Amino acid sequence: MTGAAKWRHWLLYAGVAAVAAYCLAPFYWMLVSSLRPASDLFDTSLVPSRVSFANYRAVLGPSQGFPRALLNSLTVAGVTTVLALLLATFTAYAMARLEFRFKRLILTLIIATSMFPVVSIVVPLLKLFTGIGWINTYQAMIVPSMSFALPLAVWNLTAFFRQMPEELEHAAMVDGCTRGQAFRKVVIPLAAPGIFTTAIITFIAAWNEFLIALSMTNKPAMQTAPVAISKFTGATTYEAPFGSQMAAGVLVTVPLVVMVLLFQRRIVAGLTAGAAK
Amino acid sequence: MADTRTPTGTAPRPSGGAAGRRTGRPLAPVGRRAEAARATAGSGRMAALLVSPTLLVLAIVVLYPTIMALTESLYGPKGLDPRTGFIRSTEPFVGLKNYADIFGEAGGRFWNAFWNTTFFTGVTVALETVIGMAMALIMHRALKGRALVRAAILVPWAVPTAISGLLWRWIFNSNGIANGLLGRQILWTTEGFHAKVAVIVAEVWKTAPFIGLLVLAGLQVIGKEVYEAARLDGAGPLRQFWHITLPLVKPALLVAVLFRCMDALRMFDLPYLLIGAQKNSVETLSMLAQDEASNVRFGPASAYAVLLFLYVFLIALAFVRLLGTDLVGDGGAGGRRGGRRGIVLSRRAEVTA
Repeated sequence: MTGAAKWRHWLLYAGVAAVAAYCLAPFYWMLVSSLRPASDLFDTSLVPSRVSFANYRAVLGPSQGFPRALLNSLTVAGVTTVLALLLATFTAYAMARLEFRFKRLILTLIIATSMFPVVSIVVPLLKLFTGIGWINTYQAMIVPSMSFALPLAVWNLTAFFRQMPEELEHAAMVDGCTRGQAFRKVVIPLAAPGIFTTAIITFIAAWNEFLIALSMTNKPAMQTAPVAISKFTGATTYEAPFGSQMAAGVLVTVPLVVMVLLFQRRIVAGLTAGAAK
Repeated sequence: MADTRTPTGTAPRPSGGAAGRRTGRPLAPVGRRAEAARATAGSGRMAALLVSPTLLVLAIVVLYPTIMALTESLYGPKGLDPRTGFIRSTEPFVGLKNYADIFGEAGGRFWNAFWNTTFFTGVTVALETVIGMAMALIMHRALKGRALVRAAILVPWAVPTAISGLLWRWIFNSNGIANGLLGRQILWTTEGFHAKVAVIVAEVWKTAPFIGLLVLAGLQVIGKEVYEAARLDGAGPLRQFWHITLPLVKPALLVAVLFRCMDALRMFDLPYLLIGAQKNSVETLSMLAQDEASNVRFGPASAYAVLLFLYVFLIALAFVRLLGTDLVGDGGAGGRRGGRRGIVLSRRAEVTA
């Protein structure tokens, strides 16, 4: 290796380290801060001098109602994901495989709705739901969430179905399957990884939703986790309870991070299939 | 490669005559092969069956609320009835007053939010693009450790925006690590330009890796031989970047940038949690509309929501028309990737139909 090549080699690894540090440092800080006892909260050492799980105990204790908020989040994000996937699988299959009029227009419209500013539907729906007594209900959060979850799922799945070889279905149909049977017996099993990835991406989007959940609830018992954490109360009203907020943040994020790490390759494929095609 | 694209505007559209003659029947392309004919037979009715539930749901959750917002924006807040002294039970019809008010003395808050939204979008998307591009180039070069970095890069994406807002509020606390590292005492989360900086830093952290990921996917489909040819012709790394990497990665980058723009224009969670509601320095249009709605001033809130929607729509239109961003993915950029032969084929079918 020549001197210049060696330099470039090291520079590259410095770059890789910089990218990793950029991405992980704030998350690491959340983790470290959550493990500090209250007296060390403002300590800025990189490793906690004393490790304490007091913040986690406080979060999971009865005072903040956090376990209930987690359950709410799980319900809202879970139902949204299942509904969106159910509808999107059929639509995406049609988009990828069938020829019909206005296909491009319809797909453009569906994708366009995913860019829709959520607040534009939250404002009228807030008024509507107030009128029909839906405030503080799950459906008041699930219905508006469909506005972004469904286009996201359709888009991702369309990309997946397009990548699948069409010959397999044709072979099945040549062997006497109807299109419906080919879909059920050939396409769905083969597309399972794609459907699964789309489910993860949709779930994360629904789980991370904040504006809808904030607007549609005012009872603490119905708040989703992100809203509940943002409303944690501290010992004094002047200082936000950062310790317990960081602990709750870790609890909300770690399942996602674990999921992302486990299915990293598939998620990257899903995200880029949607955007870079 | 890029100039083989067909402009979006020329997308095949069924002609009115054909639609009239063959109502209710699919415009099935005449199959060149028996197999293809079989595959598309009756596909119109089937497509309608498969697509209509999604369209129905989207009509209910997007179209209907949008129409509601449009009508709602013509009504004023309930307010006190001067005769009875009670709050009126119905909202008075005010016509376009909510829109006209933007240009009046009450418009200050709207324009402030409008400029904040524009400023945040411009600055964050520009920074994200540059940082994301750099990240993608690094990851593309690194063979060892790429898996690790790719996992790391997904972490900011997976952290809920609301949580990242709180996390950065903690980092930017007056006694927090940001001030500790800078050796200054900046009150980041109070009104002022530094609040904007805090929001931008937090937003860029969360989204630059995402752009990096999308650009990386674009980089990976560029053949090595293109670079080799360029090297043989004597092109240095900089010229290779400008004349090969950038043009070839442009379609992927444009889609990423468009999506980031749309997302930044509706920014809410981050400034709301990092700095707070009703803060002039960081209030965005989404925050303004939400704040008005939560104070039961649905009329003005709807007007702001409609204006934000129009703004987002115009930017998206500009992207698609001026820059030729190919959203749908079955139209332009023919043959950019290996596995697209099928799409090109189906497209040809569309043209003949």
